[in-house]
Amino acid sequence: MNPLGALLVRDMRLSIRVGGGALMGVLFFLVVVTLVPFAVGPDLALLKKIGPAILWLAALLASLLALDRLFATDHEDGSLDLLLMSRTPLELVVAVKGVAHWLTTGLPLIVAAPLIGLLLNLDPLAEGTLALTLLVGTPALTFIGLIGAAIAVALRRGGLLLAIIVLPLTVPVLIFGVAAANAAIVGPVPFGTPFTILCALTLASLVIGPFAAAAALRQEME
Amino acid sequence: MRLCAIDLACHRGGRDVFAGLNFSIASGQALTVTGRNGAGKSSLLRSIIGLVRIAGGRLVLEGGDPELTIAEQAHYLGHQDALKPALSVAENLRFWAAFLGAKTVDTHACLDAVGLADLADLPAAYLSAGQRRRLSIARLGAVKRPIWLLDEPASTLDVSAQQQLAELMRTHLDASGLILAATHGPIGLADAQELRLDDIAPVGVVDEERDGRSESSIPVSAAAIGRATHTSAAPSQPDGDQVRS
Repeated sequence: MNPLGALLVRDMRLSIRVGGGALMGVLFFLVVVTLVPFAVGPDLALLKKIGPAILWLAALLASLLALDRLFATDHEDGSLDLLLMSRTPLELVVAVKGVAHWLTTGLPLIVAAPLIGLLLNLDPLAEGTLALTLLVGTPALTFIGLIGAAIAVALRRGGLLLAIIVLPLTVPVLIFGVAAANAAIVGPVPFGTPFTILCALTLASLVIGPFAAAAALRQEME
Repeated sequence: MRLCAIDLACHRGGRDVFAGLNFSIASGQALTVTGRNGAGKSSLLRSIIGLVRIAGGRLVLEGGDPELTIAEQAHYLGHQDALKPALSVAENLRFWAAFLGAKTVDTHACLDAVGLADLADLPAAYLSAGQRRRLSIARLGAVKRPIWLLDEPASTLDVSAQQQLAELMRTHLDASGLILAATHGPIGLADAQELRLDDIAPVGVVDEERDGRSESSIPVSAAAIGRATHTSAAPSQPDGDQVRS
């Protein structure tokens, strides 16, 4: 197996096995979304209106959950030293770790979103659209999060710092993700405009994230 | 192949760890780095592979692969074992072998060489400190790299594992590898040269003193082995050598 393939398989195994964050992310997502109807009350029209925003916020928080351990565990057990001195470019190593993180935390959220959407009185069309915006937007959350995870790698309690660094950077993704979902459900803005910008944000973060995170890791190690 | 350090200096956390360090090891030779705690043994190993920035001087690798850096041709066995508790012994080894570029790896033979063949399917979480160290040593045998940088490789190992390690190191030297080992005690290589960091630059030495000192720092007890004679003079540099500075 090639080095990057081996890394992908290892990271996915680790997050699925004991102590991994994969199932935890979905459960957290479910709990947050379930709490909202209790807090807001049984106003079906209101729930339908704020539904996409709630699901997006919950997805954002859930994808942050496992991020702080993404490089920190490798740093603590010495694996990061070996990753840094590898023949594979560090940018690709970081990107593969991001992909593994998304496959184990982002993808399950998208699968679960239509089911959880029932709690918020979303109809099938709305659920489909919402899942589509999450599918396109959550990779951006992960890859922006990579930067924060790399900066916070050497800190004992890096989770909080990670959230403070990452959450403001995810504001554009949140705005256009929710806008696209709302556009399809209630109008009057056409769906295409915010959705295209969301795609662009994701593509940009796929490029910038690994380079920025790799630079942060190199800086931190020296 | 020959690895040379020329007037190497390391500066960490606002103090000079060492300065004016010279050594040269060729294929088939081993160099043990000794010194009290904090003398800079680990910093030296980490600076060779670029995990610590070099404050001065140069590192030159003659005769290596010109396409690769020193780190990319080296094995680094640090204080930490780089193992994942959730993965089994064999999975840990297979991952590092694949990641470090081995096309195929005989997991059983590599684990057998360090006495862990029976534990291949056990999660690494259940290993003792010595067994964890053995497993990370198995990595050295699984992937061929000419330069071995070992940071106190024998710590936590029992007598039989120390002998297995010495055996692995001798095999590596016979295959024209070179070894740099930071250590406090003997590691079973009788003909290794020794680099004493205590003699190089004391802790807290100020810059002026360091400059005066750097001339006089000659490393090693000159028990030269192998084909090349040991020298601390700066080597010639034919084209294609890699220099880190």
